[in-house]
Amino acid sequence: MTREEIRDGIFRALTQVAPEADVSRIKPNLRLRDQLDIDSMDLLNFVIGVHKQFKIDIPEADYPQLATLDGFIDYIAKAQSH
Amino acid sequence: MAEFVMPQLGADMSAGKLLQWRKKVGDLVQRGDIVADVETDKADIEVEVFCTGTIEKILIEPGEKVPVGTVMALIREEGKPAVAEVPARPQDITAALPAPTAPVPTPRLRGTPVAPSGALEVARIHISPVAKKLAADLGIDPVSLSGTGPGGRITLEDVQRAAQSRAATPAAPAELDRATRMRQAIGAAMARSKREIPHYYLSTTIDMTQAIAWLARENLKRSVEDRLVYGVLLLKAVALALREYPELNGLFVAGKAMPKPEIHVGVAISLRGGGLVAPAVHNTDRQDLGQLMRNFRDLVQRARAGSLRSSELSDSTITVTSLGDQGVEAVFGVIYPPQVALVGFGKIGERPWASQGQISVRSVLTATLSGDHRVSDGHRGGLFIAAVDRLLQEPSQL
Repeated sequence: MTREEIRDGIFRALTQVAPEADVSRIKPNLRLRDQLDIDSMDLLNFVIGVHKQFKIDIPEADYPQLATLDGFIDYIAKAQSH
Repeated sequence: MAEFVMPQLGADMSAGKLLQWRKKVGDLVQRGDIVADVETDKADIEVEVFCTGTIEKILIEPGEKVPVGTVMALIREEGKPAVAEVPARPQDITAALPAPTAPVPTPRLRGTPVAPSGALEVARIHISPVAKKLAADLGIDPVSLSGTGPGGRITLEDVQRAAQSRAATPAAPAELDRATRMRQAIGAAMARSKREIPHYYLSTTIDMTQAIAWLARENLKRSVEDRLVYGVLLLKAVALALREYPELNGLFVAGKAMPKPEIHVGVAISLRGGGLVAPAVHNTDRQDLGQLMRNFRDLVQRARAGSLRSSELSDSTITVTSLGDQGVEAVFGVIYPPQVALVGFGKIGERPWASQGQISVRSVLTATLSGDHRVSDGHRGGLFIAAVDRLLQEPSQL
């Protein structure tokens, strides 16, 4: 899976949680929570969406690695390579 | 014969528009069935029925906007005879509703109870004969008034004030969008709260270190879909503390405190695009954390998708609001009438914490209580908030 495909999958999960989010404006190196109006319940639903889409388990302890879009893509790419 | 009425779905609702019937004349309905969809200023709501029987008559057509309490349909209850009489409709909504500051109690017009307990519960109206006559002359529904006389009795002055207030309040333009109407509805309810409820405020700092550590361990055992958020611990702690201080769990109706036996914690949920609703998590104290999390998650999703049920908007016995995710330190909230208390939580952050002569770094949050002085005082409120703190120190017992 390419980084673009992973990014698109992340965006799909994100727009399920925050339909109003304009994903095209997300800056990949900045914290997602600073760019989007999402709360802890949204974050959990987002992680659940990513889990379903990419079939990977994301332990809570790894959440800090998912803070930015780049971090999220790196994490999924790495998980898929294992 | 039971009457299915336009429900009052919160202190900020004075009327609703019927969007559609989900049942037709002759259909069997069971208690809890969704029979209609109603549009309020805040959201579209699925309205449940609170009796079992057969739809006998439909009195309101889709598209009609009617005041709270209007009989929309008649339901012949199981084992009871049919009744021919059709109840009179209250004044048409276009003939000027009371200002949106109308108090919550009261909606049913008459007949068999069909609404659940909570905000919809009808209180006997105490009103002087002269006030009653004036209210009738002016077209003011006495149930929309708060009595200031002895024992909450509605006086002539109460009716006169309502009439003045109504005259001074311009009617809302019909074409306002929902965001504006929601803002107005929230504003009206909060203004009423600040005007009528003598608030007191308390705050305390709670050490959440153990709770957060326990949560992390607990979530390791759970699948991603079953993980808990810390907000669920807060909800459960509040619900259990209310068992110890039941006067904070209830309503203030017709001049009287009405503690409720069931604990239905209302949760303030911000909506996409602005505004908020505070639907109830029914029987919050009786659910284990996993169950509570599932129901809480479902409630948040449905609130934001616009598919709440009427009972969820009418049954709350207290409200909890948390602005921790927004980085807020402390929330001093406005009580949602006719409730008598509101609990606020701020963000969890690390701070130096002195205990038993030692300083360490702990994860803490500020909890607040907004209480109604007509029902409780700072002493009991303080004990309640201390109970919330104590319960959060033993998260595995929640």
